[in-house]
Formats: sequence, structure tokens, C-alpha cells
Amino acid sequence: MKEIKDFYQLEKDIAALKAEIDKIQESDDQDKRKKIEDLRAKIKDEWTQIGANLSPVHIVQIARHPKRPYTLDYLESLTTDFTELHGDRRAGDDPALIAGFGFYHGRTAAFIGHQKGRTTRQRLARNFGQPNPEGYRKALRVMKLAEKFGFPVITLIDTPGANPGIQAEEKGQAEAIAYNLKEIAKLRVPVINVVIGEGGSGGALAIGVGDAILMLEHSFYSVISTEGCAAILWKDQSAVDLAAENLRFLSKDLMEFGVVDTVIPEPPGGAHVDYELTYKNVDKYLHTTLKKLEKKTPEERIQERYQKFRKIGVFTEK
Amino acid sequence: MTGIWTRCNNCRRILYKQDILDNLFICPECNFHFRLSAIDRLNMLFDLGQYELIDQDIFPEDPLGFKDTKSYAVRLKENIKKTGLSDAVLNAVGTMDGIRIIMSAMEFAFMGGSMGSVVGEKITRAFERALEENIPAVVISSSGGARMQEGILSLMQLMKTSSAIANLDKGGIPYISVLTDPTTGGVTASYAMLGDINIAEPNSLIGFAGPRVIEQTIKEKLPKGFQRSEFLLHHGMLDDVVERRNLRSYIIRVLRLFLNKPRTE
Ligand SMILES: [Zn+2]
Repeated sequence: MKEIKDFYQLEKDIAALKAEIDKIQESDDQDKRKKIEDLRAKIKDEWTQIGANLSPVHIVQIARHPKRPYTLDYLESLTTDFTELHGDRRAGDDPALIAGFGFYHGRTAAFIGHQKGRTTRQRLARNFGQPNPEGYRKALRVMKLAEKFGFPVITLIDTPGANPGIQAEEKGQAEAIAYNLKEIAKLRVPVINVVIGEGGSGGALAIGVGDAILMLEHSFYSVISTEGCAAILWKDQSAVDLAAENLRFLSKDLMEFGVVDTVIPEPPGGAHVDYELTYKNVDKYLHTTLKKLEKKTPEERIQERYQKFRKIGVFTEK
Repeated sequence: MTGIWTRCNNCRRILYKQDILDNLFICPECNFHFRLSAIDRLNMLFDLGQYELIDQDIFPEDPLGFKDTKSYAVRLKENIKKTGLSDAVLNAVGTMDGIRIIMSAMEFAFMGGSMGSVVGEKITRAFERALEENIPAVVISSSGGARMQEGILSLMQLMKTSSAIANLDKGGIPYISVLTDPTTGGVTASYAMLGDINIAEPNSLIGFAGPRVIEQTIKEKLPKGFQRSEFLLHHGMLDDVVERRNLRSYIIRVLRLFLNKPRTE
């Protein structure tokens, strides 16, 4: 049997069941709940067959799924009164990275996340979720504001990577990323990162480190994109599957390497098949982590944060 | 080209090798700065070319079992043999004009100076030792970025090294970052850009995204001088562009300024 490389083909039946659910949801059907439950059960059955045999390339496709919940979707569900703040106070505003404050479980928290678009127009407007230096600097500005008031910082990671453009270089994107890392290391308030989709290299890292890194089951966090890696190491654009297998960037790999603290389970079929359950799962783990971190003093958190990254790496010492 | 003659990469003139050696690996005709090995850097910058190498027993592993056209394990063996180094950075302690410092010099010949676990660990140890001993740190960068073969572990070295620099801020320890040709990717996006001062040799390629990647993305030719030292100076990313022959005296002067130690004669 030939392996199906395309996840979108693989999930066809599930997508059809999901479409049925959406239709029933909007109807006035008296039996709504029961019918939806049955369909969810069917999706679950379907998923037990394909879910176990997913290749890393499939996971990349799930993480990049055009229907996957994005940062603003999470904010709408998890927060009230979310207020987006704009601009880095230096050069401009970056629509690929949003930042602001909202109430989370009855208290103020800073939320920072990459934002992709759904329509072609939105995608272009959001630059496909690839941040510019203004984005990293805005993120840091909001983190420092959070620190001023003693509010926790929660970041949502979903980017293909930094913007490979002339202006991004002119404005010093390397410095912007580096400076964020150094300043996050000193931040006195809790910082929690949630990888919700693509964790693309430096563009992800600039807001993707803190006291605890949580990761949705079918997301990835990588030093380089599979396409970039294939082009550089295999000198062959079609070697993406080889790159994906070698890079070991899945949630279970990152748990093994001590990078990720918690893997958040996704609903059968992936996050895009059941938004409500996804939000519920993210909220559960996020809130637990936050409560745990808030019990510590700023000094303890900063020290433990340092140790978390200090320990990452594999080498031998003779 | 072998033997006693070589050709300048820039002006293409045929040169007598000894003339370049005597001139700190700078083309006597066009001032082109040839790439230097980590050892050459240390020899050139420390007093009398004397220093003590430290953290020498740290060796890389292959935690991912990575294999592209060649396995990472084999690549490592080849590079260790080729360079005589354990990985792409050397740590050393010694003095510059009598001032005790710790210096890390990167080796571009070792897998393009890429940063994996060993480079991240050694750079971090250098910063930690600077803090413990209360001595300044100097890093000479030369790197293509994070080492893909160590995946996420490489990416996290950016945070590890940057966190160590955060502690230098608190401890009031001077850190001088010298960027040399080429310094790109993850090294630029961490410790290379985080010096109390960032300086670079002339015409060094410095950036985050590589010029080829940018060209392929935007589908146009890049402007002349793009991502070169002088371009970065112009855009406010460097404190100065310093010629190799002035590098040692420049670093010493800045060390004296930061340490509030005027020359006594
Ligand atoms: Zn020349």
C-alpha cells in the first residue's frame, strides 16, 4: 500500500463528519446533542485508525492546517475584554504579532501571539504570521508593562519563522530577537509559552521561551523549516519528509529533550476538528501551570528559568 | 593554488603568502580581511599571544541520530579531524594589556561555525566564569547559525547563552562582542548582538536570514553592501567597524573605559 503523504487526503472522512456536525449545530434539530455525540464518536473511531500512523510531515500539515485555531481564536475563548495594543514605540506596528491585555480567570494577564490570516487578503495583511522586528519589540514592550503591574505573560506560538526581508534586516531582526531572549530571562513575572501550531525558528523563539513551555500535541517547534532544511542539507526541495523525520521537532521529541514541560492533548482529528475541546484543554493546562508559577517568588522563577535552559543540550565531557 | 602563492578572494591579485601572513591575513593590495581560525584569533589578541585554553574536554554528540547526505556522527568525526578542535569554539583565559579576560573565539571551519549543544555550553560557561571571576568577556563570532543537526537543542542554545548574558548585566561585567565574516542566523540572534558594544571587522557578512534565502523570497537582487559591516553600522546595529590591525588596541581601550582603568605610564 502506498503511503498517503497528504494529510488533507487522509482526513477526508473526518472532514466530512465535521461538516455534518457544523450543519447540525446551526439547525434547530431537537436531537442535536445526541446526533453530534454520535458523529464525534465516529470521528474518534476514524482517528484511532489514522492518528497512530501519522508521519512527521503529516504533523506539520496539521500544525499548518488552514482551519487550525489561531491566536485571536484562543483569546476570544479564553479571555474577556482583551484589548490589543499596537506599536513598538520605535518604528511601527506588526500585524503578524499581536499583544495586549485581557482578563483570564478573573485576573489581568498579558497575551502575546503570532497571528495568521484565513483569507488570502488576511494572510497577506498578517504577512503569513512572519514577524518583523517591530513585532518582537512590541512584544517586549507589553511584557515589560506586564512586569510593571505584576501580571503574568502568556504567549501563543504559531509562525513559520522570522520575515526574510530587506527591511527586517535593516531594522535589526537579529538584535530584536536576541534582546527579547535576554530580557525574558530577567522578567520578574511568570512567563508561559504555548506552542499552538508552527514553532518556526527565531521568529518563534523571540516570544517562545519562559518558565514553562506548553505544546499542543500536533504542533511542532523547530530550529528550521522542513523546506529550509531540505534545501540546505539535501540540496533538494523534495526532501522535506527526510528533513521532517530527522529534525525531531514533534511534541513527544521535545518532551524527551527537556524543552517542553507539558504536551496538551488535541481532540480526535486535530485541534481544528473541535475548537471547544481544544480551548478547554489549553485552558486546563495553562491555568494549572499559571497557578503553580504564581506560588513562587520572582527570584525563584528567574533562577528556575535560568536552570531550565541551562540544562538543555547534549554533549560528553571527558 | 598551492605553494607560496595565493590569490586574494576580493581583488584577485596573485599574492605572496608570506606577505599576507605578515599582514594579519589582510590583503596588502586591497585591505580584504581573510577569514581567521579561532587559534589565530586568540594568538592575535592576547598579550604576547599567550593564554590558557579552558573547557577543552567537551565533545559533541548526535542526540537526534541525524542523517542527511551524510550522518552527523561522521560529519563530526571529519570536522574534529580537519580542525583539531572538539567543536566550533575555543575558550581561553589570559590578559590583554595586563587585564585578565575570558575570550571565546569561534571556528568557522568547523561545520560553518554552527552552534549546537557544545558551542552553547562553552559560550555559557565563558559568561558564567566571567561573572564568577569578575572579569570581562570577549566573544569573537563567526558562524552560519544554529546547527540544524541538533535540531531544537541548537535553537535553545540561543536562550541559554542570552540568559547567561542577562546575569552579566546584573553583575556589571563588561562583554565585548566582535562579529567577523560571516556571522549569521542564531548566533547573530543571540550573544553576537548582545555585547555592551558590538563591533565588526570591515566588510563582514552579518545578518539573521542569509542573503540567498532573502533573495529567493523577495525575488529581487539585494542592494550592494547589504548585510555588510558598514551597512549595519549605518543602520545602528554596530558601535563601530574596526580594522583587524586596530582590533586589539580598540578592545583594550574599551575594556579600560568600562573598567574605569586609565592607562598608567
Ligand atoms: Zn586583495
